[in-house]
Amino acid sequence: MKAYFDAFKKYHYLLEDLVAKDFKLKYRRSVLGFLWSILNPLLMMLVITAVFSNIFKSDIEYFPVYYLCGYLIFNFVIEATNGAMTSIVQSGYLIKKVYIPKYIFPLEKSSFALVNVLFSFVAVLIVILITGMPIKATIFLIPIPIFLAFIFSTGLGLILASMNTFFRDMGHLYSVWTTAWMYLTPMFYPISIIPDNIKTVIYYNPLYYYVTYLRMLVIDGEIPGMEINVICICFSFLFLLIGLLIFKRNQDKFILYI
Amino acid sequence: MSYAVEVNNVSMHFNMNKDKIDNLKEYCIKLFKRQLFFEDFTALQDISFKIESGDTFGIIGLNGSGKSTLLKVISGILKPTTGSVKVTGTIAPLIELGAGFDPDLTARENIFLNGSVLGFSREFMREKFDEIIEFSELQDFVNVPIKNFSSGMVARIGFSVATIVKPDILICDEILAVGDYKFQEKCEQRIKDLMSGGTTVILVSHSIQQVERICNHILWLEHGKMKALGGKELIPLYQPDFER
Repeated sequence: MKAYFDAFKKYHYLLEDLVAKDFKLKYRRSVLGFLWSILNPLLMMLVITAVFSNIFKSDIEYFPVYYLCGYLIFNFVIEATNGAMTSIVQSGYLIKKVYIPKYIFPLEKSSFALVNVLFSFVAVLIVILITGMPIKATIFLIPIPIFLAFIFSTGLGLILASMNTFFRDMGHLYSVWTTAWMYLTPMFYPISIIPDNIKTVIYYNPLYYYVTYLRMLVIDGEIPGMEINVICICFSFLFLLIGLLIFKRNQDKFILYI
Repeated sequence: MSYAVEVNNVSMHFNMNKDKIDNLKEYCIKLFKRQLFFEDFTALQDISFKIESGDTFGIIGLNGSGKSTLLKVISGILKPTTGSVKVTGTIAPLIELGAGFDPDLTARENIFLNGSVLGFSREFMREKFDEIIEFSELQDFVNVPIKNFSSGMVARIGFSVATIVKPDILICDEILAVGDYKFQEKCEQRIKDLMSGGTTVILVSHSIQQVERICNHILWLEHGKMKALGGKELIPLYQPDFER
C-alpha cells in the first residue's frame, strides 16, 4: 500500500504535466482559447432552451439552469470516460518505452475532464445571474456531487480502458450506449413525466442521482438527504473498486495489444 | 558482492496469431469452432545472469535475437512470462530517446514533460533545466515546437534529460548512434563519467568497437537463448573478422 502511495507521489507531476499538455493542445490556435469551456455550455443551453420554450412547451422552473446542471454532469462523465477508454491505446508509444504506472493515463483523462467542468461552472453562474434566479447558500456544496461523479467516471474509465485495449469494438458500442444514456438521464425533462416502468430503469442510472444532487444544491437550495448521499457514494466507490480490480488484473497484458 | 540486476530463468512468450482476425463476427465463429489458436513465439528462453554493481555489461546478438526485449524486461516495461528480475536501485532507461515528446510542444515544455515521464520532480527539473539546455547545445531553440527539430536535435534533448540524474543503472539501446560525431563523443564521455561514479551500465550496440571499448562483461544472445556469457574473449567468436 505504501509502495503504491510512493509511486503516485513520484508520478503526480506526470499527471499534472499531461493534463496541462491536453489543455494546451485542446485550445491551441483558437482565438478564444479556454473561454470555449464556458462558451460551449452557454451556447448549448441557448439552443436547447430555444427548442424547449418554443417547440416543446416545458413548464420547469428556471429551465436554463435545470438543463445546464444536467448537461454539465452528463458531459463531464462522457468526456472523462471516452478519454479514458482510448487512453491506454493512445499512450502506447509511451507504455512501450518507459515504465509508468498505467493507471496514470485513464486517471489523467478524467482529471482533464474535471478541469474542464470546473471552468464550465462559470457558465452556470452567468445563467443564474441572467435569469434572476435567487442564489442559494447550498451552491457552495457543488464540489461534492462533482467529486462523486469524478470517482464514478474514473472507475468506469478504468473498466472501459481495459476492455478497449483488447477489443477495439468497445469504442463503437460505447458511442451507441452514450446516446441511450443521454435519454435515460433526465436532462431536459422532469422525472415526473416518465411512465412508471421506465422510471424503474432510470432509478438504476447513477447519473440520475448525481444530476438530482446537483439540482437540489443549485436550484432548490436543499441539503440532499441521507438516502441520495448513500446511493451516490455507493455507486462511485463501487465502480472505482470494480475498475481498479479489472485494471490491475489486466494491466500487464496491455502492452501485448497496443 | 552486491548485484545491481539479477535475472532468474526469464522466459518471454508472445502470442502471434497467424490469420488476422479483425472483426468480432469472425472472432466468435473461430471461438465457437475452437479454432482460435495463437502461435506461440518465444522471444526469450530461460535467461539467467547477474550484473554486479558498477559493472559495464554488453548484450550482443543479431537482429531479432531478443536484446531489446531483454532490456524491456529489465526496465520493467514488459513483465516476463516466467522467471523473475530483481533490480536494485534507480534505472534510467535510454531505450528510445525522447519517449513521450509531443511534436506540438516547445523544447522547454517537452523537457519538463519528459522529466516527469522519467519520474523526476518539477523542482528538480527547474534546477537542472539550464544544465540540460547547455549540454544539448540548443540554447537558441528553447521556445521552438519540437516538430521543427531535426531528429538529431530531438535525440540530443532526450539524452540530456535522461542522464541529468546520476542513476544506479543506465540502460542504453543503440542510442549512441544518433547525432554527429562530436555529440556522440560527448555522450560517451558522459556515460564514462557516470561509470566512474559507480553507475552500472547495460549496453546494447551493433557497434562491436563500442562494446569492446566500454564493456567488461558480455552476454551473447541467439534466437532468444543464451549463447555465451563471458568477457571480451567472446568478441572474436561473435565477429571473427573483427580487427582490433
